[in-house]
Amino acid sequence: MKKSKWSLLLTLVLVLSMFLAACSGGDKKETSDKKGGDEGTKTDKPAEPQVLNILDGEEIPSMDSSQATDSVSFEVMNNVMEGLYRLDKDNKPTPGVAEKHDLSEDGTVYTFHLNPNAKWSDGSKVTANDFVYAWRKALHPDTLSEYAYIMGPVKNANAIQTDGDPLFGKVEELGVKAVDESTLEVTLEAPAPYFLGLTGFATFYPQKEEFVKQQGDKYALEANTLLYNGPFVLNEWKHNEGWQYKKNDNYWDKDSVKLDEINVKIVKDVATSVNLYETGQTDITGLSMEYVDQYKDHEDLYTRGEATVFFLRLNQKSEALKNANIRKAIDMAYDKQSMVDVLLNNGSTPAYYLVPGEFTPGPDGEDFRKTNGNFGGYDLEKAKELWAAGLKEIGKESVELELLNYDSDGAKKMGEFFKNQLEKNLPGIKVSIKAQPFKQKLELESKGEYDFSYAGWGPDYQDPMTFLDMFVTDGAHNQMAYSNPEYDKLIEGAKKETDQEKRWEMMLEAEKVLFEDQAISPLYQRGVTGLQKPYVKDLAHHLFGADVSYKWAYIEGKQ
Amino acid sequence: MLRYITKRVFAMFLTLLIIATITFFLMKLLPGSPFNNQEKLTESQRYALNEKYGLNDPVPVQYINYLGKLAQGDLGYTFQFDGRTVNSMIANGMGPSATVGFEALLFGTLVGLILGIAAALKHNSFIDYGAMVMAVFGIAIPSFVFAGLLQYYVGVKLGWLPVAFWNGPEYHIMPAFSLSVGVIATVARFMRTEMLEILGTDYILMARSKGISKQAVIIKHCVRNSMIPIITILGPMAIGLITGSLVIENIFAIPGIGEQFVKSINLNDYPVIMGTTLFYSFLIIVIILVVDILYGIIDPRIRVAGGKS
Repeated sequence: MKKSKWSLLLTLVLVLSMFLAACSGGDKKETSDKKGGDEGTKTDKPAEPQVLNILDGEEIPSMDSSQATDSVSFEVMNNVMEGLYRLDKDNKPTPGVAEKHDLSEDGTVYTFHLNPNAKWSDGSKVTANDFVYAWRKALHPDTLSEYAYIMGPVKNANAIQTDGDPLFGKVEELGVKAVDESTLEVTLEAPAPYFLGLTGFATFYPQKEEFVKQQGDKYALEANTLLYNGPFVLNEWKHNEGWQYKKNDNYWDKDSVKLDEINVKIVKDVATSVNLYETGQTDITGLSMEYVDQYKDHEDLYTRGEATVFFLRLNQKSEALKNANIRKAIDMAYDKQSMVDVLLNNGSTPAYYLVPGEFTPGPDGEDFRKTNGNFGGYDLEKAKELWAAGLKEIGKESVELELLNYDSDGAKKMGEFFKNQLEKNLPGIKVSIKAQPFKQKLELESKGEYDFSYAGWGPDYQDPMTFLDMFVTDGAHNQMAYSNPEYDKLIEGAKKETDQEKRWEMMLEAEKVLFEDQAISPLYQRGVTGLQKPYVKDLAHHLFGADVSYKWAYIEGKQ
Repeated sequence: MLRYITKRVFAMFLTLLIIATITFFLMKLLPGSPFNNQEKLTESQRYALNEKYGLNDPVPVQYINYLGKLAQGDLGYTFQFDGRTVNSMIANGMGPSATVGFEALLFGTLVGLILGIAAALKHNSFIDYGAMVMAVFGIAIPSFVFAGLLQYYVGVKLGWLPVAFWNGPEYHIMPAFSLSVGVIATVARFMRTEMLEILGTDYILMARSKGISKQAVIIKHCVRNSMIPIITILGPMAIGLITGSLVIENIFAIPGIGEQFVKSINLNDYPVIMGTTLFYSFLIIVIILVVDILYGIIDPRIRVAGGKS
């Protein structure tokens, strides 16, 4: 009985909706046309509505700064929260909650002086205790943030999160102290010149203890169970559909914030995003490879380099890959330039290095990449020579190697290309490809069950060390049995060195050692391509942590 | 009848238990962890995290713990979003998914039935061929291709309907229509075949020779008897539709549950894998029961419990 009633109702709704749709569709067009016409004539009012419409690919997984692990959460938090410092348009640390700071002579004790105007969205002051509480919370075994390791530079942070250590769970031993309400003292394990930038990272944001405790389990789950201290607040958060930012009137630097409203909708399909861009419902869209050709002459097209590097791990548990000549031959035997041009075509550039370009300038102001230059490159003759020598050394005529790959379409094409080039250029090699879903691939990689593995690494902080310390002997992320005492010594030395120039030298040297050994075969540095309306101005893009800041963005010339 | 239903409900729970058990142990065979930042965790951090979520326990212990919670209707928390229960994910996602699914089912079945009946009645005519060509296209073209074309031409080029999102009735039309194409095609073909067969049976001839009007014969005897296979396929088809379609929901940016059926497995989100699987199984089993009961109403010859109870 009930069922038939329902279906009747649904039929009615369906039929009605057809009519409604036909009407409302038409209406909307007319009004929007009119609006455009009206405002076109009112040129005396220059102020444009400061509203930005954008898309995001995922629902926000977490708004609790001590829990977040992903780029969507980081991006949203970067715009509604603020740490001691934040990254500016040029990726340099600029004052956030902290007005200024003093640094001890040995470079390990930072004293932050908080801005008296820095307030939470409920009007209360952001205090030094809010930082102490949040940082301890992130490391506490009950919270155990998946990103807690980012606090590593702070004194005792690593011991506190290592089960079995005498300090395990003793968060009060963490090197952070509230001297008074507006003075925060942070002690580091060793000098870390990148620490200031790191304080803009989500895990280092403050949380107001009283509010968090009052919300309990509900904290940060909805837009209204969270306090904000950034340029914007979350005005609305419709799970799985989208969210809306509104300008934060309690923000200490609200005069710099020009946008009044940012509407974000969740769209997972690139074709849909492009269609929404075409119909003017979003101001920005990303493009995947297949759209780049179609839009390559479009005036709205942008490409931007990122600081993420993709490379092949060469597993030295494999007999063949233990041989340095064979590793070198493999790196020289495929054409990275055409791989990037043909298969990616999205602003990515071929990589002949580990530390990405235009990522960190050294003490001399010169980019790390520029100083160290490129290593290796496509050279067929030399590759064949080294290959023959290598085979002789291991006493084999042919080798079979397995490439562990991601299972995305793009990665599969890359895998095929690599296999094809190697088998064509190196006599006696056979490459088989094993494509796995992301998590399963990582698992196999960490167990060392592969020969080549297609891998990527993005920076956690703005310093070459975030890439370089990956490959120390038995490092957690080495995962390819690479070991060179000289390399280990350089990395360890650089981590303790207080002289910035010497430290930089050691890191430059370490990268050279890595490539003398040809420990990895770098593939490319990732770029992104998309379309952005010309009236969107001054979006700040970042190379680590959150991707974008809307703090300085504005709309000009839309009408 | 009541005894029959009680028996079926009991069997249903047994089936669910078996499904839960198999899924649980298969799921634990998946390599990797459910953590979102797996690639950057060290061994000791991972150990501590596993400890926190009880993942260091032996699998049988985890299984018992899970069943204990399941018995109380608690499906646990997802690993994808902070503090969100699987129950709430399913509850929130089902709304949009089921709405589009029902609309597609209703529209598809109605149109399919009309096409099928028309084709059978005008056998070997222009209408018949037209309807069947449409049906072949409907089955051959996947719904996402259709959705993509529809979105581009109707949404972008003509601007008649919104390209995507989920804000009101007009936002339902394209996704529901894209989904219904397959339903129309399937239902039309089944209906035509069945109708043709029944139109040629003796009892129809008998009814006609008794002087019953053509319309009455068609509606009361032909259509009703032809409905049996339709109802059989409609059950599973309905489940497939109302639990959401991954691609259609992605294309039209509908906040449904469809994508979780695949995504949770890729992410090793154990509670969601279990939750969606059990939910889907539950619906299937219930629908099969409903279909079995419906058979009896449509065709007394296959009334399940006979006249005994």
